[in-house]
Amino acid sequence: MRAPSSREAALGEVLLAVEDVSLSFGGVRALTGVSFDIRKGEIRAIIGPNGAGKTSMLNVVNGFYQPDSGRITFKGQVRKSMRPHAAAAGGIARTFQNLALFRGMTTLDNILAGRALKMQRGFFWQILRYGPAMREEVEHRRRVEEIIDFLEIAAIRKIPVGRLPYGLQKRVELGRALAMEPDLLLLDEPMAGMNLEEKEDMSRFVIDVNQQYGTTIALIEHDMGVVMDLSDRVVVLDYGRKIADATPDEVKRDKNVIRAYLGEPHGVSV
Amino acid sequence: MLSIDPGLDTLPKLLIHNAATRGARPAMRHKDLGIWQSWTWAQTLEEVRAFSVGLSELGLKRGDKFTVIGSNRPRLYWAFCAGQALGAVPVPVYADAVADEMAYVLAHAEVTLAVAEDQEQVDKLIAVSDRLPHLCQVVYDEPRGLKDYDHSKLIALEDVQSIGRKKLAGEPACLRQWEESVAAGKGSDLSVILYTSGTTGRSKGVMLTYQNTIISARNANAFDRLDEKEEVIAYLPLAWVGDYIFSYVQAYAAGYCVNCPETAETVVQDRREIGTTYAFAPPRVYENLLTLTMVRMADAGVLKRKVFDFFLAFAGRWGEKILDGEKVPLGVRLLYRIGDLLVYGPLKNQFGLTRIRIGYTAGEAIGPEIFRFYRGIGLNLKQLYGQTEASVYITAQPNGEIHPETVGKASPDVEIKISDSGEVLFRSPGVFAGYYKDPEKTKEVLTPDGWVHTGDAGFFDPKTGQLRIIDRAKDVGHLKDGTVFAPKYIENKLKFYPNIREAVAIGAGRDFVCAMINIDLTAVGSWAERNNVVYASYQELAANPRVYDMIARHIDEVNKSLAEEEVMAGAQIHRFLILHKELDPDDGELTRTQKLRRGHIIDRYSPLVEAFYNGATEAQIATEVTFEDGHKGVIAARVAIRDLKTYPAPAAKMGRAA
Repeated sequence: MRAPSSREAALGEVLLAVEDVSLSFGGVRALTGVSFDIRKGEIRAIIGPNGAGKTSMLNVVNGFYQPDSGRITFKGQVRKSMRPHAAAAGGIARTFQNLALFRGMTTLDNILAGRALKMQRGFFWQILRYGPAMREEVEHRRRVEEIIDFLEIAAIRKIPVGRLPYGLQKRVELGRALAMEPDLLLLDEPMAGMNLEEKEDMSRFVIDVNQQYGTTIALIEHDMGVVMDLSDRVVVLDYGRKIADATPDEVKRDKNVIRAYLGEPHGVSV
Repeated sequence: MLSIDPGLDTLPKLLIHNAATRGARPAMRHKDLGIWQSWTWAQTLEEVRAFSVGLSELGLKRGDKFTVIGSNRPRLYWAFCAGQALGAVPVPVYADAVADEMAYVLAHAEVTLAVAEDQEQVDKLIAVSDRLPHLCQVVYDEPRGLKDYDHSKLIALEDVQSIGRKKLAGEPACLRQWEESVAAGKGSDLSVILYTSGTTGRSKGVMLTYQNTIISARNANAFDRLDEKEEVIAYLPLAWVGDYIFSYVQAYAAGYCVNCPETAETVVQDRREIGTTYAFAPPRVYENLLTLTMVRMADAGVLKRKVFDFFLAFAGRWGEKILDGEKVPLGVRLLYRIGDLLVYGPLKNQFGLTRIRIGYTAGEAIGPEIFRFYRGIGLNLKQLYGQTEASVYITAQPNGEIHPETVGKASPDVEIKISDSGEVLFRSPGVFAGYYKDPEKTKEVLTPDGWVHTGDAGFFDPKTGQLRIIDRAKDVGHLKDGTVFAPKYIENKLKFYPNIREAVAIGAGRDFVCAMINIDLTAVGSWAERNNVVYASYQELAANPRVYDMIARHIDEVNKSLAEEEVMAGAQIHRFLILHKELDPDDGELTRTQKLRRGHIIDRYSPLVEAFYNGATEAQIATEVTFEDGHKGVIAARVAIRDLKTYPAPAAKMGRAA
């Protein structure tokens, strides 16, 4: 298996830094003064009980929400205001908790859609499908086929994703995110709703993506077993605040984390 | 014995011959990254030669044993030939074998080199490497995940080939040496050792010479007039004699093209894209295709379903006659054409069977309904009977003489006789050279004058003159009154009903025959849904009286059909029950290949067996079960036992039997 100590040493420079970020929706404070960083080549987990602000955090990183205060540095550049498409162009890809695929399109087309940002030729060239546009399309298709091979989904290549079981749809969505060749891959609960076997498959793919392509991954996950197995470092959020930030083993023993998970009256019962 | 041209008596020689005479024709295809890649015979020779020289550089030499483990990929087929060119002997292992089984075979065969498909297989080899002192080199095809492994004994297949290419380019003498090494091979040399998985005991290594396999392949090609224009798809296990002969020896002998699917799950689509002309599949493949179609048709619109049902019934009545070239009225022929346009053609297209000239089924008995269905829609499906010890072919059905219950006539050059005890024996040029390192076992099976005991009980059908196999000889018993009792024969009849998943017939040494049934949860479950039968578990559904009624009707039909056969009429089923749990390999009730372990089942369920014969109408049973995560529990149940009606054998037949 993976040796954490050697990986610790292998971790690269800071890819993304979140500093003192706060976010509120009207009177509801979703995030309060959260800071952490993601280093190149690591698998970083963000965990926390329901409503802790995990998805909000991801949405801030992704540019979907604008934080009220705080600073986000990506690849050494401080971002002021950021839109999702700009984040995508900058090398951040993501998958969604509740899937966001084109249900009527095939697996192949869905993944090919992930290459949209990489297409050089304009709309009219694409329609002509001639010369450079054709060559470009062939190249994109080759990359997509490599991903299909990598994720072992050749058998569903031509099937509309709406007809696929949930676990496979999740895999297609991962494929589409990979097609962007991102520097940072955000996975929002990649194993939610999966059975044990599907979870094991997915875990293996996440590790393989990280090792084979060297992609930095930030993932939100509920399943503690998965988090402990996969991640190099873990951020724990609770009620919008960071309560721990350490290796999986340390986090498991952290008193604050145990309290947040196992419960202590907060006025709301979970 | 037939002689073969000494210039063409080994597989590497055949490869060189094919590259010279049909060099531009395709020899192999593989779908990779969504595109079919092909290799001509000339290219195949180049690939195999480079691989072979590379292996020789790694130390593989004449007489060495090497293994090939993985799925159907061109490079793994090349590995066979590359090693054989050096005079080494391949010992393929089933890709799904657990590490322990693998270790036994590889240690027994003293394998020195392994060609493994991917990380999964390499991991297994590493796990048992301390039990394999002879194994000193592992070659892998798919590098994914293996980057960080210790490469002192591990090398990528591509690198082996480039070592070979460099050597061939650098040293002019190298090519000549390699060709001399090929020429040194003889037809009588050992060409492959195939381990057969037995239902009892350790597997045995069947040794086949080049002559065995090449003469068998030649005869089979001639029998079905196969030539270089055939297309086949290779999807059955590499370590199985069927795939070795169909996808390798016959292809080399006839010069036809072998297509490797993209993955195991895409076989149907890939077959459709290639349009294979010659097919071989165990019955379950045909069953699965049919079930899939029927499930989809159940969701189709009323009109479509009506048309489908009408033409299928029509095909059932006339299709086989048309296929066999019998005389049928003009109107029937016309309507069949329309059916072909509307139903049969599209169906065959969906199955990827449009261009199939000949399809074989073997390995297990096929349900007559399934057999007739495919023949009805115009697919020339035939049965054959074979064994590893025979280089596959013992009998096959000639075109136009097809009967669902027989396995055909003796294949060319094969002699068959039935022993006094009813066992089938054969003698042919394909007869194996013995079990590897096991002269005792060899003596049990192979007589000094060349006859092989198949271990199967059978007889020549007086109506058709073809061989009929009833059961494994050791399983055939007798009832108390001396009636022949062939449990598997009865069980197969039962299992042809989709609602029955497994059946265990009991009767040896008893007064009458009884049966324990496992229902098929998918089929019966869908029936339950349609008929508002509520159930929470297998156990509850199995105990439902309406399910009992349904199964009783099926068994009644089986009894009727048994009554019509003079030998079997006495073995009708008198009583049955539906088991409260599914038979499971984890509980030792089935083998890993889903074959019944009869003795163990009868011991385990002895209270039920007792109840069968003491007249009880129900019995209490508690069995220990192993759950998927390994922990054990006990399932207890009261199981109901039902009596059945039996039918008298028709008087005329009784007369003949007596």
